Amino acid sequence: MSALPLPTVAAPPTAGAFRVVLFEGTGAEPMPNALRSELLTGLLKSGYATSVVRAGGNVSPMQSGTLVVLGRFTEAQPDTLDAQPDAQGGPVTVHFRTVADQTAAELLAQVETLREATQLPKPGTWKPWFPVIDYDRCTNCMQCLSFCLFDVYGVDSEKRIQVQNQNKCKTDCPACSRVCPEVAILFPKYRHGPINGDVVSDDDVRRESMKVDISSLLGGDIYQALRDRSAKFKSRFSKERDSDKALLERQKCLTKLGEQLDIPAEVFASLPSLDEIKAKAEAAQAKAEAMLAGQSR
Amino acid sequence: MTLPLRVLYCHCTYANVVPKAVKEEVLRQLAESGIPFDAVPDLCELSARKDPSLPDLISSDEPLKIVACYPRAVKWLFSAANTPLPADGVAILNMRTDTAEAIMAQLRGEMETSTSEEESE
Ligand code: SF4
Ligand code: SF4
Repeated sequence: MSALPLPTVAAPPTAGAFRVVLFEGTGAEPMPNALRSELLTGLLKSGYATSVVRAGGNVSPMQSGTLVVLGRFTEAQPDTLDAQPDAQGGPVTVHFRTVADQTAAELLAQVETLREATQLPKPGTWKPWFPVIDYDRCTNCMQCLSFCLFDVYGVDSEKRIQVQNQNKCKTDCPACSRVCPEVAILFPKYRHGPINGDVVSDDDVRRESMKVDISSLLGGDIYQALRDRSAKFKSRFSKERDSDKALLERQKCLTKLGEQLDIPAEVFASLPSLDEIKAKAEAAQAKAEAMLAGQSR
Repeated sequence: MTLPLRVLYCHCTYANVVPKAVKEEVLRQLAESGIPFDAVPDLCELSARKDPSLPDLISSDEPLKIVACYPRAVKWLFSAANTPLPADGVAILNMRTDTAEAIMAQLRGEMETSTSEEESE
């Protein structure tokens, strides 16, 4: 049994990495194109990082974690190997699975079983939608922190704005990027530039600052506008008999506001109560002001 | 001969922002090219959960080509996960704006240029 030239393993140790290797280097036959393609696509769609190892080049190393190596090996391989390849390397568990006449789906199921055994969470259960800050543009003005009601933003130990709770961000809502006067907030999965990471032009900066102006015209800030409008409609609704009509009107109002900032309707549906909005907006504002005061000191 | 660069491909699995035809064609051509490469389902997801594999994916002695989307987005996604990209030796190819042929031509061109430079040394 000969040792296979697998990705090199280096320090320092970390935990939890899980990777599949389609092994086609020395010691294995290449897979048929159709099987390799189907397997690779299936693995990526199921959320598994995959390295295709071949002679004549390198893939990334593995510091620690679990490797599942699939290949048409020319010699028998052990089922499982616990590797500690150099003095600094962390533990890597390598599982070998021989590709014979299984289908891509069967091989994928084997990988899934091994992932479950590691007790790592199933990948792909959450759409990765969250803001990313371009610090080449950000001026640390804290507008995003005072705007977001869902505690996505915070500050680091140096009082620099930071995205701290990515998973609290509302899927498909890019609203905070619209309040950033510097066009410094990206949503890589957004449809349009420059919010998706496309180059920022002078026109973009002008357009984005106009949007901020629009929201301030609505009454100071967007939540203030929302509160005012809801309060106005609430009093009107109380006089109305037809609650369906009232609801319709309210939805129309929110839709209009949402369209201005490209906020999905579901975000409005998940907004806290008006009192909670008020409290949260005030708390966020106070936090931002405290940070800004700390900075200027 | 060792390949003069490393390739990291992002499949952008959890959104439809990278044209499906482009990402699938790039993946197919990479898979059939004989080039070794790393492929990840979704760099956004890895960044959000500060995945422990991120430092490994970008640690490279060879120049690294990341095949994903807008360079500004990719740069700050790595930075957000406390794994900033090295200042030199990393190029980002954009599947949202380029064709599969253009991306593969850049990868192949880069390999040929570097190989001939290596040979002439
Ligand atoms: S609003 Fe924009 S510039 Fe201001 S702190 Fe947030 S990201 Fe930075
Ligand atoms: S980095 Fe770009 S290509 Fe990759 S998952 Fe994120 S948006 Fe998609």
